[in-house]
Amino acid sequence: MRLHARLVAFVSGLGVLLSTVGATGGSTQESHIGSLTGHAAAGKKLYRRYCIGCHGPDGDGAGENAQWIDPKPRDFTLAVFKCRSTPTGTLPTDEDLFNAMTRGFVTTNMPQWLPLTGQNRADLVAYIKTFSPKWKTLKPGAPITVPPEPALTIESVLRGRQLYQKMECWKCHGPRGHADGPSAATLTDNKDLPIRPYDFSTGSRFMCGATNRDLYKIFMTGLDGTPMPSFADDIKPADGWDLVHFLRTMQPLKTPELAIWSAWLASHANELKPIGPPGSGQ
Amino acid sequence: MRIRDLMPLGAVALAGTAMMAGRGTRPPPAGTIGGKVTYTGTPPKMKPIDMAKEPFCARLHAAAPVLTENAVTGPGNALRWVLVYVSAGDQGSAPATQPVRLDQKGCQYIPHVLVLQPDQPLDIYNDDSTSHNIHPLARVNPEWNKSQPIGAPPIHTKWEKPEFIPVKCNVHPWMHGWHLVLAGSHYAVTGEDGAFSLQGLPPGKYTVTAWHEQFGTQSQDVTISGNEAATVNFVFKATPY
Repeated sequence: MRLHARLVAFVSGLGVLLSTVGATGGSTQESHIGSLTGHAAAGKKLYRRYCIGCHGPDGDGAGENAQWIDPKPRDFTLAVFKCRSTPTGTLPTDEDLFNAMTRGFVTTNMPQWLPLTGQNRADLVAYIKTFSPKWKTLKPGAPITVPPEPALTIESVLRGRQLYQKMECWKCHGPRGHADGPSAATLTDNKDLPIRPYDFSTGSRFMCGATNRDLYKIFMTGLDGTPMPSFADDIKPADGWDLVHFLRTMQPLKTPELAIWSAWLASHANELKPIGPPGSGQ
Repeated sequence: MRIRDLMPLGAVALAGTAMMAGRGTRPPPAGTIGGKVTYTGTPPKMKPIDMAKEPFCARLHAAAPVLTENAVTGPGNALRWVLVYVSAGDQGSAPATQPVRLDQKGCQYIPHVLVLQPDQPLDIYNDDSTSHNIHPLARVNPEWNKSQPIGAPPIHTKWEKPEFIPVKCNVHPWMHGWHLVLAGSHYAVTGEDGAFSLQGLPPGKYTVTAWHEQFGTQSQDVTISGNEAATVNFVFKATPY
């Protein structure tokens, strides 16, 4: 009896050893976030406990809860991710996936996973990368360069407002950022499912974070898989901060941007041209 | 020794005979596969596109609204925008290096169906006084999505792997096109007359495939033995919905 138990322990130990060896075989089985190294084998167990209900056993976003969820859970088999520090069309870094999991996605059913330890989340990142062969053949993109944020001035806010008009952000996000632009109602994602643009009156969090730097990365890299394109070819790196400063004025918060904007508006409101198509009121 | 190994010797011998006769060298035999793509049944009617939400483009087409392009037909039941290509038996060719051009003009993709080869340069232009976003919904290749505002320079890009990629503009939901990335170099896209011609095919056994975005895919086997012109016709069954 005791011998039998030992044998079982030995065989299962061998199994763990073998799977560990297998796991370290390729970089797709591991993740590296700072000093953390995640392992897919450990991530699989966590995935089956915390993620499978929505993302499904095959990682294709077809878990049993998926039918009740809108927007739908991410399909990891496509290896297309919204929140990245890397250019559009490239894989995100391990850290991008880690951060996305940690903060969750505002206005969706994806919660923050802060209750899991950093090691748990690193393991999950490693496992998520096993669902698509792209992680074996492609490398993550090089993170975009974000220049240091310049001082907030009213000139910067006004230049940002011009960019919002010129880049036609209002076509989807609306003249006041309320997600009611002329194209808002017809947007679809990469699975032809309806999707809403971000409404800046939602609160303090954006789809990919809550800081100015996160906001900068959102429009520079685009949210792949969604209608939100990358503006990296169209907005100069320094000018991106102008747009950040303007976007902040549209939030229902007492942001420094809103304060400077309100003060300016009090005496200059009649100098503003409305945002939107020519001839539109605001 | 197989027949194929003997062929160059035969060609040399032939060339020698021809030179002795003072007529110069003969080109290697190359056949042509041509034909016509038609439909039976009732295809959907192409509807006028309402571009009212984009005043700039609506004005451009004020006189004659643009029609949808997912099932365009011509006289004699001809079917347009069908890709006909050698899907098997292609004996390889030099990679295509000539850039292909996609225009966004009048809130339409021109051409609606763009064929190119892996790594062939692709230049995307915005000729409109409005912003577009180009969103190729690739699966095998990386999916990307880029904005191209008024006056922006062309986007220079390429596709690395063969794939049929639907392309759309999210700002203008009626804008829909295709990037068809083919491994081989023998292909044609039918025009209003439904005709196609695949040229310069050395002797061999080929599979010719016709693809239509709504009516599906068909294939036929063809054998080319010399300089002949083989005829292959495709008939798609069209349904209105």
